[in-house]
Amino acid sequence: MTILAIDTSNYCLGVALLEDNQVLGEYITNLKKNHSVRIMPAIETLMKDCERVPADLTKIVVAKGPGSYTGVRIGVTIAKTLAWTLQLPLVGISSLEILAAGTGRYFDGYISPLFDARRGQVYTGLYQFENGKLEMVEPDQLLLLVDWAAKLAESAKPILFVGNDLQIHRTKIEELLGVKATFASITEHNPRPAELALLGSDKQGEDIHSFVPNYIRLAEAEAKWLEAKGKISNG
Amino acid sequence: MKNDQFILGIETSCDETAVAIIKNGREIAANVVASQIESHKRFGGVVPEIASRHHVEQITIVIEEALSQAKLTFAELDAIAVTEGPGLVGALLIGVNAAKALAFAHNKPLVPVHHIAGHIYANRLITELQFPLIALVVSGGHTELVYMKEHGHFEVIGETRDDAAGEAYDKVARTLNMPYPGGPHIDRLAQEGSPTIDLPRAWLEEGSYDFSFSGLKSAVINTVHNAEQRGEVIAPEDLAASFQASVIEVLVKKTERAVAEYGVNQVLVAGGVAANKGLRAALEKAFADNDKVELVIPPLSLCTDNAAMIATAGSVMFEKGIRAGLSLNANPGLDIEIYNG
Ligand SMILES: [Zn+2]
Repeated sequence: MTILAIDTSNYCLGVALLEDNQVLGEYITNLKKNHSVRIMPAIETLMKDCERVPADLTKIVVAKGPGSYTGVRIGVTIAKTLAWTLQLPLVGISSLEILAAGTGRYFDGYISPLFDARRGQVYTGLYQFENGKLEMVEPDQLLLLVDWAAKLAESAKPILFVGNDLQIHRTKIEELLGVKATFASITEHNPRPAELALLGSDKQGEDIHSFVPNYIRLAEAEAKWLEAKGKISNG
Repeated sequence: MKNDQFILGIETSCDETAVAIIKNGREIAANVVASQIESHKRFGGVVPEIASRHHVEQITIVIEEALSQAKLTFAELDAIAVTEGPGLVGALLIGVNAAKALAFAHNKPLVPVHHIAGHIYANRLITELQFPLIALVVSGGHTELVYMKEHGHFEVIGETRDDAAGEAYDKVARTLNMPYPGGPHIDRLAQEGSPTIDLPRAWLEEGSYDFSFSGLKSAVINTVHNAEQRGEVIAPEDLAASFQASVIEVLVKKTERAVAEYGVNQVLVAGGVAANKGLRAALEKAFADNDKVELVIPPLSLCTDNAAMIATAGSVMFEKGIRAGLSLNANPGLDIEIYNG
């Protein structure tokens, strides 16, 4: 079993090779650089260094969002094309779940991974480890950080926040949640592609042709069009 | 014995997800186009984010269909060609990254292709190119006269300074309350009317091969508004015919002048607007008595965006030794003269 994991869904670019329960190699950067230029060379370099060729691969796992629309499409397009042409199973994993998996494995409480979504909004969800397995408590969603914090304030358990974009929201979270909030170390904010590979390792392959990113949001034009259409049919 | 050459081409620069396979540079082994036009009609034009989303939905389906049409496997392909630009960046990225994944998976050369070079080379699927030649490129995003002295060498001798011809068509169609895309509607309407309304022709300065259509577009809009204010009704057929006459006269006259000045053997017509019946008829008439110059106009299916044109241009680029690495990016403003060498 040799799994190739690809994550270009946010600023971090990640590639990993997981083989027979051993991480062969990982490549991660946290830079505002062009994923389209760098991801294929990163895959090529990692595979070459690990002395693996495309024919050795047995599964492709990709971060399917939420995140940057363009970023997630680059990773998903490459993953789909590789999986289809090499006739491999393709598994998509939530970009937030990868972050949650990379931290909090030994944390007794909820994990809230997050990415900034501008105008005070965040992409987030709620996860927890139970018997060593990551479980989803609240699905991935897009909402105002203040609304999310208000919701979490009701929770009985402490919450571990993780993600590079915490620097934008940390003060607000501290203000709203006080001691209930814990923050991951800066070394844990980059989603680990090896966690992505591991999360996908025991999942069934999905239909490759119909595989698409999880954008969470409709395209703006589509949302407006549906709204206008709804108005006409309702009124 | 030389084996046959097979190039797979991928085109996703706008709203068509297209994959084709070309044999020996000129023969179509497969040509698959998944059009998104029905989806974009709702918005009255191509929405880039929607286009990018559709490309992701279609890309592997279209590649698979092309290979099965051609009854080929990746092992039998010589190279993967892909549109590098120009076009919508988010849309281009899907084709570019799919092409890179294929090239990497099967260890095949990757050949970057300029979208307009593709449109021009669509003509090579009809007849062999005879150099030197002039190509008149007219589409929704481009209006250019390109001089070619040999394969893979492009010299832009004239281009639009504002709107592309196709853009002007779409805007005028909107003024006349026609659905998107407006070009074919104007063309059809123009056949029913007569060019009775006096509209400007932008010749620009003496000897220039450049184009300008924004003044004409404004003149059409003003004509409609002025008539409305006076309570008059302008027959839309006549307005369409007058607009089309102005566009076509400038395109044809400038092409004729370039043909004479550059002493070319062929005139190629390329791009979506080459589907326009009025333009085809006017060019045919203009070159009917000129037995020194061959006029080539591809059939409609090869005028609009497709990947056969990318694969056939890719075949020439492949033979010229042009290659891209796995760091190839989408280039929305790509210059056609970049590979002249
Ligand atoms: Zn085009």
